[in-house]
Amino acid sequence: MTTDTSPRIELVCPAGGLPALKTAVDHGADCVYAGFRDETNARNFTGLNFDDKALAEGVKYAHSRRAKVLIALNTFPQASNWSRWTAAVDRAAGHGVDAVILADLGLMDYAAHRHPNLRLHLSVQGSATNYEAINFYRERFGIQRAVLPRVLSLAQVEQVIANTQVEIEVFGFGGLCVMVEGRCALSAYATGTSPNCQGACSPGKAVRWEQTPQGMETRLNGILIDRYADGERAGYPTLCKGRFEVDEETYYAIEEPTSLNTLEMLPELMRIGVSAIKIEGRQRSPAYVEQVTKVWRAAIDACRRDAANFVPKAAWMAELNKVSEGQSHTLGAYYRPWK
Amino acid sequence: MKTFKLPDFTLPALLTRLGPRLPQLPPTLVLVGALNAALRTARGPALGHLLPKELLEPLIGRRVTLRVLDAGMTLRFAYGERGFRPSFDNAPADLTMSARTRDFLALLLREEDADTLFFGRRLLMEGDTELGLLVKNTLDGIDLPRFDLAQLSSRLAPAELLSRLGEYLARRAVPHH
Ligand code: SF4
Repeated sequence: MTTDTSPRIELVCPAGGLPALKTAVDHGADCVYAGFRDETNARNFTGLNFDDKALAEGVKYAHSRRAKVLIALNTFPQASNWSRWTAAVDRAAGHGVDAVILADLGLMDYAAHRHPNLRLHLSVQGSATNYEAINFYRERFGIQRAVLPRVLSLAQVEQVIANTQVEIEVFGFGGLCVMVEGRCALSAYATGTSPNCQGACSPGKAVRWEQTPQGMETRLNGILIDRYADGERAGYPTLCKGRFEVDEETYYAIEEPTSLNTLEMLPELMRIGVSAIKIEGRQRSPAYVEQVTKVWRAAIDACRRDAANFVPKAAWMAELNKVSEGQSHTLGAYYRPWK
Repeated sequence: MKTFKLPDFTLPALLTRLGPRLPQLPPTLVLVGALNAALRTARGPALGHLLPKELLEPLIGRRVTLRVLDAGMTLRFAYGERGFRPSFDNAPADLTMSARTRDFLALLLREEDADTLFFGRRLLMEGDTELGLLVKNTLDGIDLPRFDLAQLSSRLAPAELLSRLGEYLARRAVPHH
């Protein structure tokens, strides 16, 4: 428990299933975000996510411990399947969740009219990178929070916050998605499945790993996207993090497999008025959720007690690096000397 | 709350070399027994079974191989209408998972995340990745009741069988000289 009066910053943790949700709540998450078992959310992977029974229990569990449950409905419906998304909004509202995280304008409109008391968060997939866009969502649909895409520098985040009443949530830790969020066509191009409409980047059915004499190979729909030497750290099987031959040189031509980690920026994020920090990783196991939630809870509490002297502990960084993709972590776009 | 953490260990190299020459059936039977017990273990009328049958439907008729690298063991089994059974032939598996004993146990005990092990090259999943995701996510989604695993009394309880598998491995683990 913190006793000071410094601004509250919510810790928003991922849950791919009921055990992960409970783990997050037990280790200090203020909010847990989750999705249904279908393409209405951007982690539509086999065996993952919540059916009604699990969600009912999850909401009960979280609420009895004063934690919130947010439901991500952050993919884009098409004319032919629209009703599946509206039904998902109704289901979430029926479960008494604390907010839905939406990206699609039409769905936003539906939710605002059908469930006027349901809190709306704008998903990172909505790709609103400036306050004008965010204020538009506020004006039209009454959104209360926006999750910022991982493309803004800290100064830009500060400028957004200064010019909107909407609460701002930023990504603090986890996998990076290089493209302007919600707009990436790489995986759809290679696999025929769109992450933005069907909720899966590099779906399992398109991924093959194989140990060969040359190293461990990753293929996406038959296309070789990376080959790892023995002992070399691996990354997710996504096209953006593949190594490709460009001008006779083979390297990470789009993005290196690294994880975002903004722990050291925590005092700054609090100072500029960020309302919530999101941890990426609904596709991961309860063990990850436990490890990451513990570290971030401890760090946020320490920073709220004494922001001026806050230094991330080496043990926290080591724990986070251990669960990270690739070889290293990065501050992403938050730290960018150029403008 | 969990009471102990798995230490980081690798079975001795001698065992890795000897392993393939020892019979693979006993450990496979223990594993298959544990999985079938998990299928039968009811958690009360409201919660259903430890391993929900509906979720395993896509596994029917599929062959899975676990390669326990440091034990030099290859455990082959399949899932069918009547549960898990060992596979006796050498037909290629639909899914092969390779890791050290310690890391397989850490996954089952929820001490490590599969992606973390994969990034660190401690877990390899070959074959049908979709099937692998199903297995991993189904295991992760099982809401285990909170009790000390060691206190389970039934001889057929999965944890008990798991620890018997551990004992079996430990008996085969010879100290370094
Ligand atoms: S390919 Fe990369 S950038 Fe594109 S959606 Fe997938 S993870 Fe994101």
